[in-house]
Amino acid sequence: MSGTADKPDLNLEVEAGNFHYPEDYAYDAGRGLTAETVNYICDVKRDPDWIREFRLRALELFTKQANPTHWASKDLNTLDFDQIRYYLAKGQQAKRSWEEVPEDVKRTFERLGVPEKERKFLAGVEAQFDSEAAYSNIKQAVADEGVIFVGSTEGLHNYPEIFRPWFGKVIPSGDNKYAALNSAVFSGGSFIYVPKGVKLKHPLQAYFRINAEQFGQFERTLIIADEGAELTYMEGCTAPKFETATLHSAVVELVALRGAKIQYITVQNWSANVFNLVTKRGLAMEEAEIKWIDCNIGSRLTMKYPGVVLQGRKARGEVVSIALANSGQHQDTGAKMIHAADETTSNIIAKSISIGKGRASYRGLVRIPRHLRGCKNNTVCDALLINSDSRTDTYPAVSVRGHGNSAQHEASVSKVSAEQIFYMRQRGLTEAQALSLSVNGFVNDLVRQFPLEYSVELKRLIDLEMEGSVG
Amino acid sequence: MSRIEIRNLHASVAGREILQGLNLVLPRGEVHALMGPNGSGKSTLSKVMAGHPDYAVTAGEVLLDGENILAMEPDERARKGLFLAFQYPSEIPGVTIANFIRAALQARLPEGGELDAVEFYQTLYQKMDELEMDRAFTARAVNDGFSGGEKKRNEILQMAMLNPAYAVLDETDSGLDIDALRVVADGVNRLRGPRLGALVITHYQRLLNYIVPDHVHVMVQGRIVRGGGKELALELEARGYDWIIKEAGLTVTPEPADGAAR
Repeated sequence: MSGTADKPDLNLEVEAGNFHYPEDYAYDAGRGLTAETVNYICDVKRDPDWIREFRLRALELFTKQANPTHWASKDLNTLDFDQIRYYLAKGQQAKRSWEEVPEDVKRTFERLGVPEKERKFLAGVEAQFDSEAAYSNIKQAVADEGVIFVGSTEGLHNYPEIFRPWFGKVIPSGDNKYAALNSAVFSGGSFIYVPKGVKLKHPLQAYFRINAEQFGQFERTLIIADEGAELTYMEGCTAPKFETATLHSAVVELVALRGAKIQYITVQNWSANVFNLVTKRGLAMEEAEIKWIDCNIGSRLTMKYPGVVLQGRKARGEVVSIALANSGQHQDTGAKMIHAADETTSNIIAKSISIGKGRASYRGLVRIPRHLRGCKNNTVCDALLINSDSRTDTYPAVSVRGHGNSAQHEASVSKVSAEQIFYMRQRGLTEAQALSLSVNGFVNDLVRQFPLEYSVELKRLIDLEMEGSVG
Repeated sequence: MSRIEIRNLHASVAGREILQGLNLVLPRGEVHALMGPNGSGKSTLSKVMAGHPDYAVTAGEVLLDGENILAMEPDERARKGLFLAFQYPSEIPGVTIANFIRAALQARLPEGGELDAVEFYQTLYQKMDELEMDRAFTARAVNDGFSGGEKKRNEILQMAMLNPAYAVLDETDSGLDIDALRVVADGVNRLRGPRLGALVITHYQRLLNYIVPDHVHVMVQGRIVRGGGKELALELEARGYDWIIKEAGLTVTPEPADGAAR
């Protein structure tokens, strides 16, 4: 078993991702953001009028809203929206075969091991390079069942009858400044529809890659699981290490209709110059289940609070979150559970690790209004501090009213002790190996919920982070 | 050359000198007992040998097969073949015994070396059977929620798996009932032979009924003050330590609380 277990299955490590190719784009919206930028994107993408209106309205909302620095990191103010490039693409149409993908883009994804994984264990893959998907394909057997897996542009052009009713409904453009920004300039991302009763055995995967400097990636994903359908979606993200700030601001909307199940897995390892400001939310109808498994390593500042609106009776929502903050990084992550029907249940398990001067914050919002009956929430959030100047904070906002509803919140902070490290070193492990083993042990119960390919990769990423953290 | 030789070792913790010129030789292939009253510095010696960062060595040498190990990192000493069975082993939540031992073995392989998983589990299960440990143990997190006896068995299991050239067992008998003591002692005896030199630290003679030492060192106030055969342990049991302290020309001080000089 060890023979294959340690081989890299998904190359998400920063060193492996630290390369980029010279820029050569057919489409470039230039720097800065005005109505003109938005119109350029609409023209290039041949957006229908309703999308153009949607974008321009969102641009207004974005311009009106201030950065939320009254509660969030002041570091947000260092983002210079006039310097960012909002749209860079080589072409409009994602290719169905790797042979047709431009050579440098193909090489990028080959170096990251994407085509190989596709052959091995995936039902479908989308690979996005800067603003647009370069490649998108699903296995024939999956397509034959009526599953749609395309880019967001193709989704809104070719399947408006499914796309339009849900688009922007789970996360309205005005939800927050960065959701508004995404709504104004979005490109790329996935549109997935799984028909009634279809249960996908293998995961669908998207891979997001930033190649250009001072660039903003704004992918937009909408996933709809029709009644009784089931799917697992995985995304991986990397970018090269640039000196200047790069922005990744995605919006992901999930809709699980009656009895459907969606599992959404993220393993991201952005380089330390990336601002990662993402809004993710799911809508779970009667007896539906949405589970976010979210793993955040890397980036300069991540703000991400995956949420579930429990809209139908007996709906279930779960967030499993792992965040690792190294020096110079702030992982501001958490979860939102909005109960809106009787007998809904939600679970949040969040674990964070702070290394060096790294900072991990947990923000949790749980709301159960007075008129509901039989709702339950359980929240566990554990923090592990590696060094004495590592930092962690917890900001829970729990509002549970009414009779017969319950919420539990447990939080713990622990520190890797010098005795524990000495004990492991006495067995022959180096300091980095010992730290790495401690950290892996801390998140072990959560990592087990990941598909094997991802848990192996995650372990490797943790090892690499710990190696770098020992002086 | 195949021996640990400690020469004029001085070491202190928090500014207090605990080891005050200690000399000791442990040849590979022999089992020695280290006895002494509480607070004499027995546990300190084990920590200093293993390289615990809280202890400062101010003079002397610890030679492992002729090579001074005092400048080495704790893990380097371990990979040279020095094993310490802890009196109070640490808990490592979330890390299973199997994974921990595997990581420790893996750390001993050359770069790129790969442990044979099948062989590893075969050996692990065999050693566990010998120590009367349930196989379910492999999936439990290291020392997490273990009883005192389980922790000590786990130490001996690791020792059996890592095959050290030299082992220091720090008060392995403390907190054990008689059955556990027998199992642990059997485990150590099974490893006895030309390839292992063991230093068994104990406050009581009881353990030495099960692990019969080739030699007994008596430690008082940070030094070895007397050595002898296994009958010395029995004499200490019968007469206590005061006579030895007086013979060594030292003054008898009241014993500090157990473990105060750990």
